[in-house]
Amino acid sequence: MKDSNGTTLDTKTMVDTTTMMDAEPVNTSRREFISKAAVAGTITIAPGILLHQTAHAAKSGAGNLNTSVSTRPLDEDVSDKNRWGMLIDTTKCANGCTECVDACNKQNGLSGHGRPQSDTQYIRKVSLKSKSTGHELSLPLMCQHCETAPCVDVCPTGASFVRADGIALVDKHICIGCRYCMMACPYKARSFVHEDVENQKLTAPRGKGTVEACTMCVTRVDNGGIPACVEACTAKNHNAMIFGDLKDPNSPISQELKKHGGKQLRSDLALNTGVRYQGLNE
Amino acid sequence: MTRFLRQAGVLVHTLVGFHALIGLMLLSNSALAETPLPKIHVPEGKECIRPEHEIIRNHMKYILHERDETMHEGIRNEPESLANCINCHVTPDENGEIAGIESDEHFCNACHQYAAVQIDCFQCHADRPQKYIKRGKQISSLKQQLNNTLTARDASGEGVNQ
Repeated sequence: MKDSNGTTLDTKTMVDTTTMMDAEPVNTSRREFISKAAVAGTITIAPGILLHQTAHAAKSGAGNLNTSVSTRPLDEDVSDKNRWGMLIDTTKCANGCTECVDACNKQNGLSGHGRPQSDTQYIRKVSLKSKSTGHELSLPLMCQHCETAPCVDVCPTGASFVRADGIALVDKHICIGCRYCMMACPYKARSFVHEDVENQKLTAPRGKGTVEACTMCVTRVDNGGIPACVEACTAKNHNAMIFGDLKDPNSPISQELKKHGGKQLRSDLALNTGVRYQGLNE
Repeated sequence: MTRFLRQAGVLVHTLVGFHALIGLMLLSNSALAETPLPKIHVPEGKECIRPEHEIIRNHMKYILHERDETMHEGIRNEPESLANCINCHVTPDENGEIAGIESDEHFCNACHQYAAVQIDCFQCHADRPQKYIKRGKQISSLKQQLNNTLTARDASGEGVNQ
């Protein structure tokens, strides 16, 4: 099995991605049980989908945010009134299409050195094939912007953090390049910059010796825009990606999730990811 | 006789001292004239957002403060940002070329090289101005896109099978 960079995914990833499909919480810890029990009234929809946030947002009057882009004035702090997320319909994601990857590379000024094993990738295309049915899938995989992110748990300096509006970032001013977060991430979403970088984009500072990953195009989002990958996918008329506010019940993404549902990859880890997928069938 | 000699000695001493002083002044003047002062680009017709002496002494504090607010709080319109410094001060020369950070002509590097203070900002940050992404340009196109997506989805009638 190969991803868009031609890297062969190892067996472990394949096993992981297979378990992604029929993910049931296996080892529910005591803590998890208690936290789930506390909000049990709101989350009995389906296993792996934590809907207590949406319910909370409805209560806290986020209903007036009926656009799905940021309307926050730029001099105001980000707040937990929003949670930015993406919904990816894998049935619409074309096999072999790399529009989202190309747009991401262009937006963030990512250029490789022809070494796919170590070159930076914020987003990659992954092809999956079910061993039992032979059903094939293609999906973009990037930082899943977890609420309880393992990268944040392990970061020794506080460089990895999740912003109040749910976007997971690396503060490269503080990052010491230890790469612990890369080990911790179950999605292999992060990359390390091995070599000097030149001609960076204004909105995407990046340099040698730090770890980086998908930022959900945070500058664009703060300026009331959408991530470059979503824009490219829609421009190509594939419409496989929707970006929006998961806490706003009226946003297109919330409406779509309400109508058709969506899955988190590795939902057994209970990370409450900001990126959800549809059509992950075996 | 002794008295005369002593007086002459004092006079000579004074004269030598005076000439030495003059010589030193001349030397220091010429030395100053030869010292290569940094060439700093000040945009014409514009004033810096802070008084010059203040920004020379404290620009790093402003930038550091702004850095953390932007990174963690998402505040992106404060005037004292690195990007704004670059936008005003790093401009194309008469050939239309923009000097990179490695050049003596670069606004930041000119001073920092002079003062022998190393800066790491530009290992990551862009050293020349680029267009900002402006709010508002994308919104209308975004709404259109979202509508297209959802209409296409409803029209195809595909229930997403979970």
